[in-house]
Amino acid sequence: MTTLFPVRGVFRAVVSTVVPEASQLDEQGWQELEMLVEATLRDRPPAMLRQLRLFLRAVQWLPVFRYGRGFTSLSAEKRKQVLSRLQDHRLELIRCGFWGLRAMAFLGFYGRAEALRTIGYAADPRGWGVPR
Amino acid sequence: MIRRSYDIVIIGSGAGGGTVAQELSLLCREGVRIAVLEKGPKLRDDEFTGRELEMAQALYEDGGGFLTAERTMTLAFGCAYGGSTAVYTGTSLLPPQRILEHWNVPSLTFADVEQRARKFAVENNVHLVEDELLNENNRLFVEGCRRLNYRVQQFPVNLKGCRSSSLCNLGCPNQAKQGTDRVQLPRAERNGVEVITRCEALRIGEKTVFARVHEKPAGGKGEPSSWEPGEYEISAKVIVVCAGAIHSPALLVRSGLARKLPRLGHGFTCHPAIIMVAEHDRTITNFVGHPKSFYLDQFAESDRFLLETCMYFPFTTAKAMAGFGEAHSRFMRAFPRLQMILVLACDEVDPHNRVSVDGSGRPVVHYRFTPEVRKGLVQGAVTSAKIFFAAGAVRVHLPVAQIPTIERAEAERLNHIAEHPDFKPGKISISAAHLQGGCVMGRGLADSVTDAYGRVHGIPWLFVADASLFPNSLEINPYLTIMALADRVAENIRKEAHTLL
Repeated sequence: MTTLFPVRGVFRAVVSTVVPEASQLDEQGWQELEMLVEATLRDRPPAMLRQLRLFLRAVQWLPVFRYGRGFTSLSAEKRKQVLSRLQDHRLELIRCGFWGLRAMAFLGFYGRAEALRTIGYAADPRGWGVPR
Repeated sequence: MIRRSYDIVIIGSGAGGGTVAQELSLLCREGVRIAVLEKGPKLRDDEFTGRELEMAQALYEDGGGFLTAERTMTLAFGCAYGGSTAVYTGTSLLPPQRILEHWNVPSLTFADVEQRARKFAVENNVHLVEDELLNENNRLFVEGCRRLNYRVQQFPVNLKGCRSSSLCNLGCPNQAKQGTDRVQLPRAERNGVEVITRCEALRIGEKTVFARVHEKPAGGKGEPSSWEPGEYEISAKVIVVCAGAIHSPALLVRSGLARKLPRLGHGFTCHPAIIMVAEHDRTITNFVGHPKSFYLDQFAESDRFLLETCMYFPFTTAKAMAGFGEAHSRFMRAFPRLQMILVLACDEVDPHNRVSVDGSGRPVVHYRFTPEVRKGLVQGAVTSAKIFFAAGAVRVHLPVAQIPTIERAEAERLNHIAEHPDFKPGKISISAAHLQGGCVMGRGLADSVTDAYGRVHGIPWLFVADASLFPNSLEINPYLTIMALADRVAENIRKEAHTLL
């Protein structure tokens, strides 16, 4: 079983909020993104992976108290509000948890060759030797 | 358990270990057997692709994202043949006299360290990058600094045949950077030193290293180790620990030396850093050209920060910026128009900040941001923003502001933000790559782990020779100073060879 498998839906909802362009990914794009994240998580301590899954579950269920529904059922604007509160939370532990989740979202999205093309990043080992 | 025997075992192959290996390698002619144990792999030249995630995974510990115990900072350090010299930008500054004098280590003089550093500056081809190779990311920094009357300086760098790929931090794909992986280690190997890669030192016993050789992972980069995978007991008359400021103290703690050495793990500093990003209204050359050509150190003493030019890769840049959503994406979509500056705080030794190990022996780094470090980072970020605007940027991403995007028309807000920053550890991305201390040198057990020649107090056959020796932050890029200190340690071992070996 992969790290993300049990919480894939909420992870995708978080990624789409962190990087709005991710909502336009097709299934193949999502799979590529998740593979990059899984490959990075593979060598991390099991406790860290458990915490990541726990944090994602908390992201899903915490909004129930405020909005009466889970994170994945919220509008894009409300999802943004939920994540903003986590990012600025008074508890450092919560802020760090969100920072880690946000980092995984960026890793998956900007780790893809397609994303590099979209943002115009074209570093090349040939350096100045590449016609520009 | 497989048994091996050497006269000298060096643990680590970075700026410290690579230098010690070269400087002791002349002893091989006299029949002395020397081995270097390197935890990371040795990559073939064609495996340096410059692709961010795969190279970070191949060359850095934890892919460059080693977290502190508080999880508020990531530490980047190399784990490969050549250690961190495989992944630095090659910046090579001589040690500052005021710092060496502040360290106040008996018999360690500025003149001695400087002379040794100059030797390696020549050996590793340190020079200023030619004007025509500088990119606009660097030129704009100079322009902005000059408009503000700041004293900007050019970095000497150790390049040979640089093609300006900008990919230094992912391992040079053109083998141009003259780290220990290109200069000192190959020379040591030619002289007869054995380098064993994928060999992790687990603990040190009486003149013995217990190590584990790892199998090459399926699909992983690099050559397999020259030794069979398995557990090893390696005896040696002299052991030199050069595993860097995280692994050197952690190894000595795992070896049961913490009780004998009360300062072990203490004195850790790291120049905590934040990446600043600004957008111009036109495309600039940024991901081509040497990424780190200039720096500004005039505020190091007064305001405790340094500024350096830099250019990072998409994931690193995305992670470094605060926030998320559309405002964040807008900067990312402007990548070819981005200018970047690295802000480094000049941190001081703090009793809380130290290296220890967890229950499984894995290193744990405790680090809290002192008020001085927070202030240094905020002042450095605001100064960077002023430089960006002076250079013509249209908007700046200021991670220490509640709303990080600052438009050019709002530049007058900068002084207010400097007074009322939004500095929340865990929200702001802070990373460090200049890891120092943990086995500091000094006078005796009360203030240090080793003497001024890297010899561990009370253990005549055990030495340390890397950045963990630094008694306090160096306040500049550390590599030449590490090499100078390692040279000093090696020279002393050579002098005492007749009694030690």
